[in-house]
Amino acid sequence: MREFFAMGGYAFYVWTSYALACVILAWNILLPHRVHKRFISRLRRRLTQRTQA
Amino acid sequence: MWTIFHRWASPPYFYRQSTRLLPWLSAICALLIIAGLIGGLILAPSDYQQGESYRIIYIHVPSAWMSLFIYMVMASSGAIALIWRIKLAEVMLVASAPIGASFTLLALLTGVLWGKPMWGAWWVWDARLTSELLLLFLYLGIIALYNAIDDKRRAASAIAVLALVGVVNIPIIHYSVQWWSTLHQGPTVTKFGAPSIYIGMLIPLLLMALGFMLFYAISVLLRARTELLAREAASRWVREMLEEA
Amino acid sequence: MNPQRKRRLLFIGLLIAGTGTAAGLALYAFNQNMMYYYKPAEVVSGEAPANTTIRVGGLVVSGSVHKEDESTDVSFVITDLHSNIRVQYKGILPDLFREGQGVVVRGRLNKEGIFVAEEVLAKHDEKYMPPEVADSLSENANGTRPQ
Repeated sequence: MREFFAMGGYAFYVWTSYALACVILAWNILLPHRVHKRFISRLRRRLTQRTQA
Repeated sequence: MWTIFHRWASPPYFYRQSTRLLPWLSAICALLIIAGLIGGLILAPSDYQQGESYRIIYIHVPSAWMSLFIYMVMASSGAIALIWRIKLAEVMLVASAPIGASFTLLALLTGVLWGKPMWGAWWVWDARLTSELLLLFLYLGIIALYNAIDDKRRAASAIAVLALVGVVNIPIIHYSVQWWSTLHQGPTVTKFGAPSIYIGMLIPLLLMALGFMLFYAISVLLRARTELLAREAASRWVREMLEEA
Repeated sequence: MNPQRKRRLLFIGLLIAGTGTAAGLALYAFNQNMMYYYKPAEVVSGEAPANTTIRVGGLVVSGSVHKEDESTDVSFVITDLHSNIRVQYKGILPDLFREGQGVVVRGRLNKEGIFVAEEVLAKHDEKYMPPEVADSLSENANGTRPQ
């Protein structure tokens, strides 16, 4: 197991690459997902305001 | 073929179908990436020259492929948007740019992390690295130009032209390692003839590449749906959809 | 296709053809500047600029590497299979530096015709395989070659 994490002495380079991939991919899912949800709730609020008016 | 294309180009149909498609795409994408990671980090043997450090390939190469592929999608969407003024093509063009920029950045950063231990330098100004950096600036330029123009339909036309001008960089990136002397090595998989990579190392690479392709599909759908709602906010199908839920 | 769309298609075609031609001409004109390194043959024949810092790329000749004891001084010969150049270097070599492998060295030629390098970069090839496969490949190659 320790051997696996050591990556033959290249642990820093290999694991930093995988960590960067993780961060960049997560950002590309979470951000658009949040923006979409927020936009829907904003539209919905505008719609209820209009029907009440 | 044309009827399917026309149906998907209609915003309400696209929105509804993509809602149904997203969970499936996410499941397949997660499976492919998990299989790719197990294959690449655990099952694949170490390399005869580079030892364990070569495992960066499973992030670096799929990201680099996606950086080129997404640009081609954007250029094609740009051409469709300019000729036929199809709204969905404009939306795909806009929604793809940040994802393309992300993959380009990831390819460059993992390249930096691979270059230091193997070549002995974080960065060199050879033709491959320089043209890929230019691609990142193209993506950023497209994003900046779109945000600088208030009228979003005119903004989409402007970035479509920019995307089409920049398409000349794509063959330059791909062939740079053959046309000029570079520190970066030549193509391993994307060349005529058999790939110069052991099969047990190639399979995880292809799994990761497919996984990244699906990841792009998911991310672009998420962004395109918001973009589409923003443009169609006043239309009836959006109102009906909001009332339905 | 209606005439307006045809006109837009033509515009796109001309746009791509125009930028393609411009880029092609520019790259053709600056072809030499796009090269990252010279070959040993270009240095020996004098095609590469003399008395200035340049990069030269080639394979490290097997058996040519001499390391000084208790220092980081190293000397080796690089080749493009036509011409050879002896390189002198003082510093740490990259992990991938090996006999028979590619390197790119940056420095200048001295009066004795020895290339004094300030930097040595390893260039790896496009092949990836486990050590066992590499061993059996080289065994096969040795077996078929008449000794």
